[in-house]
Amino acid sequence: MVDVAWQEAGVGAQDVAERAKVLNRLRIGDIVFHRITKTAAVFVLVVLGGVIVSLFLGALPVFQEFGFGFLTTQSWNPVTEKFGALAPIYGTVITSLIAMLIAVPFGLMIAMFLTELCPIWLRRPIGISIELLAGIPSIIYGIWGLFVFAPFLQQYLQPPVIAAFENVPVFSTLFAGPPFGIGILTASLILAIMVLPFITSISRDVFDAVPPVLKEAAYGLGWTQWEVWRYVVLPYTRIGVIGGVMLGLGRALGETMAVTFVIGNAHRISGSLLAPGTTISATIANEFTEAVGDLYTASLIALGLILFIITFIVLAIARYLLLRIERRIG
Amino acid sequence: MDASLYASRRRRNLIAAVASYGATFVGLLWLALILGELFWQGFSGLSLRVFTEMTPPPGAVGGLLNAIVGSLIMTALALLIGAPIGILAGTYMAEYGRHSRLTTLVRFINDILLSAPSIVVGLFIYYVMVRPMGHFSGIAGAVVLSVLVVPVMVRTTEDMLTLVPDTLREAAASIGLPRSLMIRQIAYRAARAGIITGLLLAIARISGETAPLLFTALNNQFYSTNLNAPMASLPSVIFQFALSPYKDWQDLAWTGALIITLAVLAMSVIARSLTGTRKAS
Repeated sequence: MVDVAWQEAGVGAQDVAERAKVLNRLRIGDIVFHRITKTAAVFVLVVLGGVIVSLFLGALPVFQEFGFGFLTTQSWNPVTEKFGALAPIYGTVITSLIAMLIAVPFGLMIAMFLTELCPIWLRRPIGISIELLAGIPSIIYGIWGLFVFAPFLQQYLQPPVIAAFENVPVFSTLFAGPPFGIGILTASLILAIMVLPFITSISRDVFDAVPPVLKEAAYGLGWTQWEVWRYVVLPYTRIGVIGGVMLGLGRALGETMAVTFVIGNAHRISGSLLAPGTTISATIANEFTEAVGDLYTASLIALGLILFIITFIVLAIARYLLLRIERRIG
Repeated sequence: MDASLYASRRRRNLIAAVASYGATFVGLLWLALILGELFWQGFSGLSLRVFTEMTPPPGAVGGLLNAIVGSLIMTALALLIGAPIGILAGTYMAEYGRHSRLTTLVRFINDILLSAPSIVVGLFIYYVMVRPMGHFSGIAGAVVLSVLVVPVMVRTTEDMLTLVPDTLREAAASIGLPRSLMIRQIAYRAARAGIITGLLLAIARISGETAPLLFTALNNQFYSTNLNAPMASLPSVIFQFALSPYKDWQDLAWTGALIITLAVLAMSVIARSLTGTRKAS
């Protein structure tokens, strides 16, 4: 087409060289742009590599000093420079697990409501508000937890619970007083509220992807809504739901600010859920800028490395499962 | 016997429906409580002073000007660094290497970075920037945020470019347009609304980030636009003020929280309406 246009304009031989130059410039531009985009893509991998390498190097002094004992020691004493990660790891795992125990049933039921029971005109507004809430920064949940939720728990909820379970074995330890307000359970509840929108919106998306034919066939046999959801929708989307739950778990494990406000930052493992504790991220956020001494800083970086490894595994499983269901539906 | 079976099935269905309605009600109520409290506490402190005065010492009146300015500077810089990288990487994945192994790997890693704990990214930048430089700085804060911007941009750019119909690309190729020009002139233009949405989502994502800023940009009681010095930001001021024992600092923290929430919600709503109109057309 270019050639035709040039012929009509009556271009001479000297323009052939000109044309070759332009084509050459375009070709080089093409190659350069290709290279730049590829470099940018590789950069994403470099970031991940950089995170792992720098955390590992930063944490190295700790593993040289304490070895694997770092993972199994509970004491955390900046004065004597004895550091152990057990209490933060315990706090991270236990708060996330309790949060998931609460958020998963709630999230699934809300997703069921949105996909099966909710009138059509109400689906979009509720769905949108849930997605918007997933974007609210965690510090907002933290400040609310500290000023509103924790005092409420301390005054109205924890005393009766402590009293009720006073003489019940096991529970008397789990809910041993005094009522601080802040603590493991408060952090877990805040986390549950935070991950609820994530679990809900992913479950809703996978529920929506169930072919209507399957559901209609079941309804045609006279199944109830609950039976259709429980024995058709849920089995069909199981992998996706698990993926969504793992994604929520990944968020909960790494969540920092909301937890930092309400967990109490106490480096001990207590049998009571009402007692203050700490998590990996809360420890780092609370202590990093005040950390004096290389070993102290290195210990906090080592905590970061542990957190990154845990969340990486959880998120990788989540993505793998979600990829599998995407392939099946897509 | 049949009758009792029917009754029990119906009962179960009723229980499930009630549980489902109940869960939705409780979930929405909870979130309404949080937002309600935020608006209630935040609006009472909202005045012009918040935007024109520095953060005060305890017991004095003041505003959040230095924190707001710090947040704006670091967010803008983070976008300037992170957005081009993210857009270019997304371009490679959607245009050049759509089915390559590199793309699959990058997509997987990028999805993990998207929800990886930001505090870990903060530690990474602390190790490679703050420690060698010897002090906390605004530029380190901006770099942390830019690392958080990249995954968001990669994801949206790839998604949006994949949605651009191949016929457009073929038409461009048939008139002899080089590939790089086709991408910049045709594909980017077709995916513009989507990419802007990604930018807004990225801003929403980083404007509330607190944890990684605590040990990169730190905080600053005074007005400073020096990128080489510690810089205040809204989230870290909220963190500091909320945990303080002073009532007026706590009130300012609520106001700051309201400002961030409003900004984030506005960003999300605009982003949503942009993609919404695009789908409708």
